Amino acid sequence: MTDLESFRAEVRGWLEENCPASMRTPVPEDEIIGGGSKQVYENPEAKIWLDRMAEKGWTAPTWPTEYGGGGLSRDEFLVLQDEMARISARAPIQGMGFSMIGPTLLDYGTEAQKREHLPRIVSGEIRWCQGYSEPGAGSDLASLQTRAEDRGDHFIVNGQKVWTSGANSADWMFTLVRTEPQAPKHEGISFVLIDMDQPGITVKPIQLISGSSPFCETFLDNAIAKKENLVGKLNHGWTVGKRLLQHERSAISGLTTGGRSGRFDHTRSLPEVAKEYIGMQGCKLADAILRDEIVKNRMNSAAYNLTQRRAMAENESGGTPGFVTSVFKYYGGELGKDRMEIQLKIMGTQSLGWEGNMFTEEEKLATRSWLRSKASSIAGGTSEVQLNIISKRVLGLPD
Amino acid sequence: MALVLNEEQNMLRDAAKDFCSKNVAITELRKLRDNKDETGFDREIWKQMVELGWSGITIPEEYGGLGFGYTGLGVVMEECGRTLAASPLMSTAVLGSSCVLLAGTDAQKSELLPKIAAGELIMALALEESPHHAPHRINTSAAKSGDGYVLNGSKKFVLDGHVADKLVVVARTAGKEEDREGISLFLVDSGADGLDITRTIMADSRNAANLELVNVAGTLMGEAGQSADLLDRVLDIGRIAISAEMLGGTQEAFERTIEYLKTREQFGVAIGSFQALKHRAADMFCEIELSKSVVLGALSALDEDSEDIAKLASLAKSRLTDTYNLVSSEAIQMHGGIGMTDEHEIGFFIKRARLCEHTLGNAAYHRNRYGELEGY
Repeated sequence: MTDLESFRAEVRGWLEENCPASMRTPVPEDEIIGGGSKQVYENPEAKIWLDRMAEKGWTAPTWPTEYGGGGLSRDEFLVLQDEMARISARAPIQGMGFSMIGPTLLDYGTEAQKREHLPRIVSGEIRWCQGYSEPGAGSDLASLQTRAEDRGDHFIVNGQKVWTSGANSADWMFTLVRTEPQAPKHEGISFVLIDMDQPGITVKPIQLISGSSPFCETFLDNAIAKKENLVGKLNHGWTVGKRLLQHERSAISGLTTGGRSGRFDHTRSLPEVAKEYIGMQGCKLADAILRDEIVKNRMNSAAYNLTQRRAMAENESGGTPGFVTSVFKYYGGELGKDRMEIQLKIMGTQSLGWEGNMFTEEEKLATRSWLRSKASSIAGGTSEVQLNIISKRVLGLPD
Repeated sequence: MALVLNEEQNMLRDAAKDFCSKNVAITELRKLRDNKDETGFDREIWKQMVELGWSGITIPEEYGGLGFGYTGLGVVMEECGRTLAASPLMSTAVLGSSCVLLAGTDAQKSELLPKIAAGELIMALALEESPHHAPHRINTSAAKSGDGYVLNGSKKFVLDGHVADKLVVVARTAGKEEDREGISLFLVDSGADGLDITRTIMADSRNAANLELVNVAGTLMGEAGQSADLLDRVLDIGRIAISAEMLGGTQEAFERTIEYLKTREQFGVAIGSFQALKHRAADMFCEIELSKSVVLGALSALDEDSEDIAKLASLAKSRLTDTYNLVSSEAIQMHGGIGMTDEHEIGFFIKRARLCEHTLGNAAYHRNRYGELEGY
């Protein structure tokens, strides 16, 4: 037996023994665990599952063991994913700690920062949110104005952040602040970690067109950030911040998971839905034009998935932060939106119900998912910003 | 599924790139066109390609080939696509040799495959009967006569038809138009009585011909009336191979266009600084990245004899058709007036792109087929 085969056997045995029965079902949106001090575990088995996985370091399987991670190789990680998928095991926890700030600290954090923050992400003790955008700094992120003044061993931070996803349930925020107002805009920015549990921070949820409120506005009014929580050098935060965005785009594009968890996995495939709502005529869907749209989307998705696999194969270390993430972020975002638009056409008015019992749960989910999918070409850098990055960094087109 | 090239395949690619850029640049195609060359390719260059092993790249070693596999064929096709190299690679090394390999008797394989590999035999597949790809819409008939068959009908768009030594003719021994049942493959000598071959001059300056068959003698390959599945596989191999060629042409046209955007100045700046062009260029880059993946995936499926060959063939042919068309059209637009001139080489790509589009099924054909293969 090869090492990988014996690892597979070991994982399979451990999962059989340790994954609670109720954790072997698809996870509804409202039961996704994000961890942190404000997390409520309505199903006690969710907490048991999290603790057991965290104990193994398998909530962050590829992080080094000295920071609480699983220390798995890329291949072992894929085996773990396979085996979890085999029994439909839920992800024990997910969030920005794992997909964004954790990998960024591994790249740029000091030894002390890694030891302080990473184990508490792995265990689910601390939940993170992202303080990047501001009312006046969206696509032009580097024009951000939130000000951090040097007060010896700490900074005093004043300003306003928007689209801080999950800020109302987060314990800490990683944020970009201006530390040198006189410098050119990219050169006066620093990357700091801020404890949310202090009087200077106020969080207000923002309701979106989909009716949900995953994002917040976060107001910083003389908030305190300790100097030890400056990541990278003072005024060099833009470099750190950009790296984090690459990790974010990788996560959004499903790159870090090898394309195994598309964002709309919880819904039925378009052809399945179409067979029910449109019906078949002979061996083809009854609406020829809609059928062509469905096939196009399916074929583009297949090409996209093959490209994810190719990117992973090309970079054995996986993850592939780099320009290529912009390709995935752009194409994946557009593909996801396209898919939801087609689903609406398939379901007709049944996909536009807002609430009440005249619509199935799947139909109401379609309405909300369609509206939410519009964010996939905005959040994490708009499609247009991705195209700018590709034309500049990859194609070398002049400014 | 191998989605990256191994070392041997990379070496083959480098050798092919080197050969094509030195020996079969677009200037060669222009010469063939302007000289109204009767063969439509340079036999001396074909001989050199044969010496490199390209004619027998997928033919097993026992029949004198290289046995290098389909991914190897793909990298050669891609490099030939970059320089629009005219050669009988598609007609003979892809379609002809696949017909013999999949449908031929042992005797036919032993006789023909070593000749193909040695460059002694040019073959052509006579399939289409209308201006649209319709592999099972066959009206050409084949009737038993003594030991053999006599064929009657007409064929269009036969690649390298006028220079082929032997043709594989798709004809019907039974059934009605569109029936899979009754489709058969026949070997026909190009000099056979009753066979009239007319070369068609196409926009891409490459080879095609129309055939008229009046009581032409043919030798059956495979089982009479049962060759639809074999034919589908041969066509899938052809679709994947031409997708690889299209990937090469797409990338070349794109790279030339990006270079132009960086050097052409208007309003005092390089036109590549305009966001209206940048975003279209970046969008094409993404489509090309996806195109690379589907071509590699399809070639690797052939090498692994996977169950997904048909789906991946349609995925590749459909996507590459759309991408090559997009990029070759944008290439003209972004070159502006100079792109409209015959003197500039960029215009050669749009012509080749459209001929490729109609070779073995356009994008809509393959979307329809993909849906059928997925069961809806």
